Amino acid sequence: MSRALIELQHISKSYDGKPVLDDLELTIHENEFVTLLGPSGCGKTTTLRILGGFETPDEGHVIFDGKDITNVPPNKRQLNMVFQNYALFPHMTIADNIAFGLKIKRKTDKYIQDKISYALNLVGLQGFEKRMPGSLSGGQQQRIAIARAIVNEPHVLLLDEPLGALDLKLRQDMQYELIRLKNELGITFVYVTHDQQEALTMSDTIVVMNQGYIQQMGSPETIYNEPENAFVADFIGDSNLFPATFVRDELIEIDGRPFLCVDKGFGQNTPVDIVIRPEDVIITTPDKGTVTGVVTDLIFQGVHYEICIDVNGREWVCHSTEASLVGTMVGIAVDPFNIQVMNKPESEDEEAAAIEK
Amino acid sequence: MKNNRRANSFALFGMPYYFWAIAFIIIPLLLVLYYGLTSEAGTISLENVFAIARPAHAKALFLSVLLSVGCTVVCLLLAYPLCLIMVNRQKAQNSFLLFMLIIPMWMNFMLRTYAWQSLLEKHGVLNTFLNTIGLPSLHLINTPGAIIFGMVYDFLPFMILPIYNALQKIDPNLIHAAHDLGAGFWQTLWKVILPLSMPGIISGITMVFVPGLTTFVISALLGGGKVLLIGNVIEQEFTQAYDWHLGSGLSLVLLLFIVINMILSSVFDREGNGGLL
Repeated sequence: MSRALIELQHISKSYDGKPVLDDLELTIHENEFVTLLGPSGCGKTTTLRILGGFETPDEGHVIFDGKDITNVPPNKRQLNMVFQNYALFPHMTIADNIAFGLKIKRKTDKYIQDKISYALNLVGLQGFEKRMPGSLSGGQQQRIAIARAIVNEPHVLLLDEPLGALDLKLRQDMQYELIRLKNELGITFVYVTHDQQEALTMSDTIVVMNQGYIQQMGSPETIYNEPENAFVADFIGDSNLFPATFVRDELIEIDGRPFLCVDKGFGQNTPVDIVIRPEDVIITTPDKGTVTGVVTDLIFQGVHYEICIDVNGREWVCHSTEASLVGTMVGIAVDPFNIQVMNKPESEDEEAAAIEK
Repeated sequence: MKNNRRANSFALFGMPYYFWAIAFIIIPLLLVLYYGLTSEAGTISLENVFAIARPAHAKALFLSVLLSVGCTVVCLLLAYPLCLIMVNRQKAQNSFLLFMLIIPMWMNFMLRTYAWQSLLEKHGVLNTFLNTIGLPSLHLINTPGAIIFGMVYDFLPFMILPIYNALQKIDPNLIHAAHDLGAGFWQTLWKVILPLSMPGIISGITMVFVPGLTTFVISALLGGGKVLLIGNVIEQEFTQAYDWHLGSGLSLVLLLFIVINMILSSVFDREGNGGLL
């Protein structure tokens, strides 16, 4: 892994006595695309604002490139932010918006002109210099906001749900655009979103947050395939999240029916949570399944059908390219390595503490 | 057909307002125009308008413009920093502060001016206090300074409210963005906050300058008849000299100043506002 660029050390923050972040520890490496992912109120935006210098943590330190910048104001930090609602200056032309930071740094006119055309080129909006922000579409304003940030050559670009206000198609286009930009510029991106699809698509590292704690940190593949607790499993993607009993190594029971798994070391007859992704549920004939159930719902979703199956009163969700008619009896099987076993949290605090192990 | 009927019913609801506008705005203005542009003999003449050039009138107009500009500048300098402070405070404290500032507005305007008269008088509250602590009396009443003081006191809320509204409408993220791009406090104020609050500043200036220009009560009470403003001259023509023609003629000149002010402010507003509208 490359050099650590930013370290958040024991960051705590509360508003009106309500804790938003509690003893947060996070290291961001050079040239990494890190996404802070979580539901609203999980502390992801506060973390970003602490990085940008718009909030001061109650406790803890922000270390940037080896220096403590906890109390350095935003205008003295070598990072730039792309705001949720773009925050383009409505009284300035696009060129003046992009030039804002450069003029403050007293760059030469020639340098500023070059930078403006370079940045507009990079975001694909050549010839927009004289336009006013109000005359641009949401997607175009977003690109200008990014252009305005990157001309300052920041070490880190902070992005606060930058695609939240765009429609689905534009959002997907912009996702690829951002990945391309990040690779071309070679700078660190810290991205905040509540959209798990966005996080999975773009990130090198995903930090899943909830209630001020980091729930899990890892590559998109790890987060998706090996969620460490029920919250992460539930938040990332659709899932069948069931209570189960860990009978012994490599064997669990779901509602009294035995399933083979690959996990070890959860003890004997221990209550656990398990997660099975809908695309990993195999529908077969009743005689071949580990359990049998009745199809209760069939919904066409484009790429696949979503099929709900009632198994002794518990609903299993399954994604399949083949339809199963409502009311038919089917068998269900799961490959052992597709069952993810997780410790059952006894409280929310423990859920969070599990990460630190 | 349907649209037509709807338009008709709207016109019906509009009737009282039309009546109001015609009876109390249009007709009086036309009367001023008629009296101002005719002589006592009833012939059309511009002599009452050009009467502004008489030294006494010109002096009063000049003094009016001067005091009104002074009052506007003082109001702006007082109001802008105050509004900046208010918008950066907590909401609850804010509305209390604003409430405190507006309370005097609910009191009768004449009463407030009388209050200042008794404060600033030769043997008034202020001088009594100064004497008590061993300082000499100040000559305050019946000076242009006292008039500006009274005007500022009366008109300050008209400057504060539009500026406060304009500042409050500025998205805090714009200010954060300016800081993020390296701007310090003064640069952010100059390049972002000031241009974006320009509509509020312009309307505040208009709301203070125009009543300041036309005031005659404040100058009568705090100027003691020693400082004659154009408003006092016009008032005297109507109430003492009974020369409605001269009074109207001078009013038309004042109206011209107000129209010029309105045009200027709308021009500046458009420039300062850019793409906002």
